[in-house]
Amino acid sequence: MELPCGVSKSTYAQDMAVVHTRTQWGLLGILLAFLCVLPFFLNSLWLGIVIHTSIVLIAVLGLHILTGLCGQISLGQAAFLGVGAYASTLLCAKLNFPLPISIIGAAIFSGCFGIIFGLPALRVKGFYLAMSTLAAQFIIIYLFIHVRFAGGSQGIFVPIPQFLESKINLYFIIMGTAVLATAFAKNISRTKAGRIFVAIRDNDLAAEVIGIRLSYYKLLAFFICSLYAGIAGALYSLYIGHINYEHFSLMDSIWYLGMLVVGGLGSTSGAVFGVIFISLLSKGTSLLASQMPSLGPQVASTIGIIVFGLILVLFLIFEPRGLSHRWEIFKKFYRIWPFSY
Amino acid sequence: MTLFLQFAIAGITMGALYSLIALGFVLIYKSSKILNFAQGEFVLVGGYVGLFFITKLGLPIWLGVVLLVATLALLGFVIEKLTIRPLVGQPILAIIIMTLGLSLLINGTVICITGSELGTFPQFIPTAPIKIGGAVFSQVYAWCFGIAVILVALSTYFFLYTRYGLYMRATAESHEVAQSVGIKVRSTFTLAWVIAAAIGGIGGFLLGIIMGVSGDLSEFGLKVFPVVLLGGLESIPGAIIGGMVIGLLENVAAGYLDPLMGGGGHRSFSVYYHGDNPYI
Repeated sequence: MELPCGVSKSTYAQDMAVVHTRTQWGLLGILLAFLCVLPFFLNSLWLGIVIHTSIVLIAVLGLHILTGLCGQISLGQAAFLGVGAYASTLLCAKLNFPLPISIIGAAIFSGCFGIIFGLPALRVKGFYLAMSTLAAQFIIIYLFIHVRFAGGSQGIFVPIPQFLESKINLYFIIMGTAVLATAFAKNISRTKAGRIFVAIRDNDLAAEVIGIRLSYYKLLAFFICSLYAGIAGALYSLYIGHINYEHFSLMDSIWYLGMLVVGGLGSTSGAVFGVIFISLLSKGTSLLASQMPSLGPQVASTIGIIVFGLILVLFLIFEPRGLSHRWEIFKKFYRIWPFSY
Repeated sequence: MTLFLQFAIAGITMGALYSLIALGFVLIYKSSKILNFAQGEFVLVGGYVGLFFITKLGLPIWLGVVLLVATLALLGFVIEKLTIRPLVGQPILAIIIMTLGLSLLINGTVICITGSELGTFPQFIPTAPIKIGGAVFSQVYAWCFGIAVILVALSTYFFLYTRYGLYMRATAESHEVAQSVGIKVRSTFTLAWVIAAAIGGIGGFLLGIIMGVSGDLSEFGLKVFPVVLLGGLESIPGAIIGGMVIGLLENVAAGYLDPLMGGGGHRSFSVYYHGDNPYI
């Protein structure tokens, strides 16, 4: 961590702090205040984009804990979002639970689902794990279509409480959850569990040799990841109002993984950067293409994916450590600017 | 029994095509330990490039196929040189993401250019149906099965009995040893990608003959994974047998389960249910 000149730390707690200086506290306060007033300045299109981005951020943070910290590849994150969305809707609509309880219930249910599909991780890793999570993606979507009370391929309508009809209220709930989720993810990486995750990622054999219970911690990572996905899914169902299996496709899982890589694997700020960058870029290019009807409809519908694929490829070739690494370089440059000698 | 035979014949034909496409995947994995999630996009590109040369430009079939193979080989060459080479030594996650990104890029570009419209090849295979036992099926299946089997046999011959096949097997065994006896490991990697792309393209052409060319072709790339998991990532006979088993399983399961349970989708479920267990 690069700090301004003259900042010295005398205790362990100071050294471990996330926010070090008064300036950083100030910047954090400004950011939070900005997020509070943001919805009043946006039209409904951009408000929707911001809400969707924060939901994606929660999902990607979960994936960050599983893939970025613990090193387990998951190609099924979108399906776990689906589990959360369906569980929360069914708890709310069929069993008449109050909304907050059904969201929490959905998160825990999704987490348990994640443990079930995380079980192969105890035996396999790398490519085989990617395949078994890919299988999870297909099997869960199959369940959405074929389980009787999930509404089949038509999907189900989500009962939305009165006060969430207004998009601004929804924004505050979702953005608040996203901010809390970010803080939580940042702190997980500093706890015992977080350090164990990193140890497992770097060398699982060595981790086991120094006495880490691999099976417990791998499943814990899957649980936390799916918990995040469950929360994101439940919020997503509130945002779109009607869910069916098409909202949770393999393509979304790939997007989440791609955002994580573009942002920088293994750092919380990387996940945030990646989500914001990719979301804005793909939405921006789609909007731009739809402004130019002479290009034809298929250009507008595919340009987002083309740009995303291109960005992924370029980042992996030229900056495999992602945007967060670039950000560190930028900060390092700025710390001593303009007298860099 | 007749019904079973009907499903089985369709299944084995699809299986032969799966084997062919999976062969390209295994080839890349064997020589360079890279998992190619873009194999399905080679199939897609193969279908549309074939459509362009044969249906749009009206070239004769043989010339169209030669040009198709050349185009796909060039695509494989460019991909290997530009995107895969910089990743040597990176963790497996980076490689998976890279090939996923490539597959999105290629898929998006193809759909952007073609609009994902359904296209068909001109009729050049006789249409008279063939009867085996009580089952009736169109001659296209027999032709595609035959061509796929010939191509698989050719590739096997290439690996076992030619100089470059030997180079490839040596590279797969150990990069250092292969290098020390004077094999150019890098050009072997490139060759693997070129062949894999060309094989995938032909697979796309054959699939296009059976079911028409559309954006769905790339989904066959995903089917390759259960095939190689079943057959073993590094085994060419495994890919062949795995392709047959998956094709058969898929068609029989879809044939018998779909009418019973309704809704479709058992096809891919049965495939991934088996694909889930790498040890079978």
